[in-house]
Amino acid sequence: MGKTVVAEHLSAFFGEHQILHDVSLEMQANQVTAIIGPSGCGKSTFIRCMNRLHETVARATMTGRVLLDDENVYEANSVWVRRTIGMVFQKPNPFPAMSIFDNVAAGLRLNGIRKKSVLAEQVERSLHMSALWDEVKDRLSAPSASLSGGQQQRLCIARALAIEPAVLLMDEPASALDPISTLRIEELIEEIKCQYTIVIVTHNLQQAARVADTTAFFLSGEIIEYGRTTDMFTTPSDKRTEDYVTGRFG
Amino acid sequence: MSHRLLLWRRLKNQVFFTLLVFMSLIALFPLFNILWYVISRGLPELSIRFFTRLPGPVGMVGGMANAIVGTLIVVSLACLIAIPIGVGAGIYMAEYADDRFAAVCRFLADVLSGVPSIVAGLMVYATVVIWMHSYSAFAGALSLALLMLPTLMRTTEQMLLMVDTSLREGAFALGATRFQTTVQVVLPTAASGLITAVMLSIGRVMGETAPLLFTAFGNSFWQDGLNAPIAALPLQIFVYATSPYPQWQAQAWTGALTLLAIILVINIAARAFGRGKLR
Ligand SMILES: Nc1ncnc2c1ncn2[C@@H]1O[C@H](COP(=O)(O)OP(=O)(O)O)[C@@H](O)[C@H]1O
Ligand SMILES: [Mg+2]
Repeated sequence: MGKTVVAEHLSAFFGEHQILHDVSLEMQANQVTAIIGPSGCGKSTFIRCMNRLHETVARATMTGRVLLDDENVYEANSVWVRRTIGMVFQKPNPFPAMSIFDNVAAGLRLNGIRKKSVLAEQVERSLHMSALWDEVKDRLSAPSASLSGGQQQRLCIARALAIEPAVLLMDEPASALDPISTLRIEELIEEIKCQYTIVIVTHNLQQAARVADTTAFFLSGEIIEYGRTTDMFTTPSDKRTEDYVTGRFG
Repeated sequence: MSHRLLLWRRLKNQVFFTLLVFMSLIALFPLFNILWYVISRGLPELSIRFFTRLPGPVGMVGGMANAIVGTLIVVSLACLIAIPIGVGAGIYMAEYADDRFAAVCRFLADVLSGVPSIVAGLMVYATVVIWMHSYSAFAGALSLALLMLPTLMRTTEQMLLMVDTSLREGAFALGATRFQTTVQVVLPTAASGLITAVMLSIGRVMGETAPLLFTAFGNSFWQDGLNAPIAALPLQIFVYATSPYPQWQAQAWTGALTLLAIILVINIAARAFGRGKLR
């Protein structure tokens, strides 16, 4: 089941440069939250604070709290946090030295699961979920680089799902993909959202409108508006949101 | 644009191109000259016994079996010492060290790589050889290891820095520790490059003579363990080439040919790994 993620008074920095300014946002369990906003406004930085990936960058710091169903992420073990909060990146990043199977099994192996039958079962299940199974079932031992871009991204989704996280962060998962692959990923989100908390960054507004229950609009490291997706797109309360969703800037 | 201007441009282009080809030929000339010379001078004494016999007294048929084996032993030993340290330090610099410490390591490695090989030999002589009261295979290996270290450190670091950060983040995002990320994702991704780097560094020290002069010292017989003087191809070549005997001089060329062949094989293997063909 999904877990609710709550960001409280989050500020994030790269060195002296402040990227996020006191951002607070609640991402409901078993719902899809979309984060929209112009490029460079801190969307990636924000979701990378959720799974503590931000702190792995040299000179990157943050203040504030992130709660995962009342548990403070920044007081918990970072390995546990990242197992519980999975992530799919903007650019597909399958491990090139590993086969298709090993890529999906990587997270399980990293977490100490060695039993062949368990691995095989979980890999198949995850590939089914990411709608890749039929395309790769006959060549699971082929190198991951032999897949197309869209397939690689679905492989990365399967890899993230294989360790059964409670939350799935997706950073513009379809921005580098063709329309058919994009559609597949949106269908996938629709199918799995009842079991996960999904946070999707997108600069494709139609995509946010299609998949998200709630939407947050970021601008220059601040949340300008947050609410039900339909409201955000039809009756935004802030002028800047309206300008953005109607395409007047961004 | 006038026709004559165009012609003039084309002419300039031609002259420049011809000049470049000419320069390349000049650069390649010594290389092919060396190859041809070593092959033609080395072939006459090339025979099975060259690879199976010990050096004989003047006038008797002998070979360089001990020197060939000696070189392989000394270089292998040098690898055992230098590869774990050099690759380890390179991994540390690329994956763990903060910017400032990595910069210090990089600077030291660059300084070390500028140390002349004879100075490295002298260092080992003044410490290990004097302390052990004996020239030895071990001392020879140590001096070669000193020469391998800086290149190994720097090339390892560079190979790892070439691995995209997004792969490390992909591993982190699955709950991998930094150690797991390094061992299971970064190193396998950089593997072919690392193997190439290691092999090239081996090829570089294989022919080193100066540091072996007062560390491994040379030996006309089979070595008596790693704590005793040991023969090596470059040393044997040096002794034979500077001897007054025509047969020894001819054998020096055969030794040189053997050394070149070994280094060539290592280089070709390195290149094959580099292209990931031998995965
Ligand atoms: N590793 C980094 N080092 C320094 N600044 C960075 C780094 N990554 C991102 N930034 C800066 O942080 C700001 C927000 O970036 P990001 O969160 O990636 O924006 P978005 O995902 O909304 O396009 C940008 O101004 C960007 O230049
Ligand atoms: Mg981004």
